[in-house]
Amino acid sequence: MPSLKDLRNRIASVKATQKITKAMQMVAAAKLRRAQEAAEAARPYAERMEAVLANLASAFEGRDDAPRLLAGTGKDDVHLLLVATAERGLCGGFNSSIAKLARERAKSLLAQGKTVKIVCVGKKGFDSLKRDLGSHVVKTIELRHVKRVGFENAEEIGTLVREMFDAGEFDVCTLFYARFQSVISQIPTAQQLIPATFGEAAKVAQTDAVYEYEPDEGEILADLLPRNISVQIFRGLLENAASEQGARMSAMDNATRNAGDMINKLTLNYNRQRQAQITKELIEIISGAEAL
Amino acid sequence: MAGAFQFELVSPERLLLSEEVTMVVVPGSEGEFGVMAGHAPMMSTLRPGLLRVSREAGADQVYFVRGGFAEAGPKGLTVLAEHATSLNDLRAEDIAGQIKNAEEDLSDASDDEARARAAATLSHLREVQAALKAA
Repeated sequence: MPSLKDLRNRIASVKATQKITKAMQMVAAAKLRRAQEAAEAARPYAERMEAVLANLASAFEGRDDAPRLLAGTGKDDVHLLLVATAERGLCGGFNSSIAKLARERAKSLLAQGKTVKIVCVGKKGFDSLKRDLGSHVVKTIELRHVKRVGFENAEEIGTLVREMFDAGEFDVCTLFYARFQSVISQIPTAQQLIPATFGEAAKVAQTDAVYEYEPDEGEILADLLPRNISVQIFRGLLENAASEQGARMSAMDNATRNAGDMINKLTLNYNRQRQAQITKELIEIISGAEAL
Repeated sequence: MAGAFQFELVSPERLLLSEEVTMVVVPGSEGEFGVMAGHAPMMSTLRPGLLRVSREAGADQVYFVRGGFAEAGPKGLTVLAEHATSLNDLRAEDIAGQIKNAEEDLSDASDDEARARAAATLSHLREVQAALKAA
């Protein structure tokens, strides 16, 4: 049976924890708003880019002179998984759900006899994947020092991916990130970057107007495809940032509520024990007086 | 004076400008071109340079753009630039830094094609620097 003093200490420590989780929740809420704004601000660019590329790419469909970034290398032996996660923990199932999706994909690819290479963006993904897939991780990129993800960060990663592709180190590249849907729901997503794929929405957005191209279509496409990789990575990183804050917010909300429940239980216990002790002392006094 | 049309300047980070304008001069990779209302649909990549926006009222706005493309369509003109900064916010050091990078690219270039591209980038950046000094 814990003494009164023990109980008092425990209540104090749970209260301190509750204060921390509460503060983290509020910080995450503030950061979430900014991250969400950034993700929304980046949407027009990525959408236009996708629409234009889909338009251009349809002209090249099935042609032999299509750029390699669009048509691929013609093989799919070596897969590069680009796994984007957070730098910090304490955000519920956010990191583990992305890692889980990547792990499943890696396992199924390995079972098919393909080679898998992994590039981790963010420390937490690497921490979780290194246990069983550590030998496949070729590089880890940390964004710990980055306060707000800028386009430069995405470009850095994009350049790395392009260099690896040009060097023939992989055939197919897939990006893993969590798409932000709402504070309580973030969807782990796999998006194929190379060879480039376009969503159905982009194809509908095509216009009938006949465009004049300057320089010609092929050159524009060759210029835009590498840029598109960076843009898609950037979008993934921003969605990830918003998802992370959303996940942390709800995780910390839960933690705060749990701490509250715990404090209530402990306080009840404490009061009951205090009452018992008072009663015991009274009995002692009364029985002492009667004995006289 | 021709009518106004919708112009959007978008960078990966945000929508910089979205409004009715009368003319935009775009630094295309095959040369500068002006776009006014009713321009034929066209698409062009950008070279590093200055983008000038004229409106019905008020002074012209000038932006430094780098990388990306311009799309003139029935709905107006959209410029998607990887880097876009208002000339007022552009600092001389930024340009100097980019020129230095371009110079390094030029000396690192391994084949003729890369060298030509680096040289072109460098000369465009020098132009911008000169324009910035004049402003």
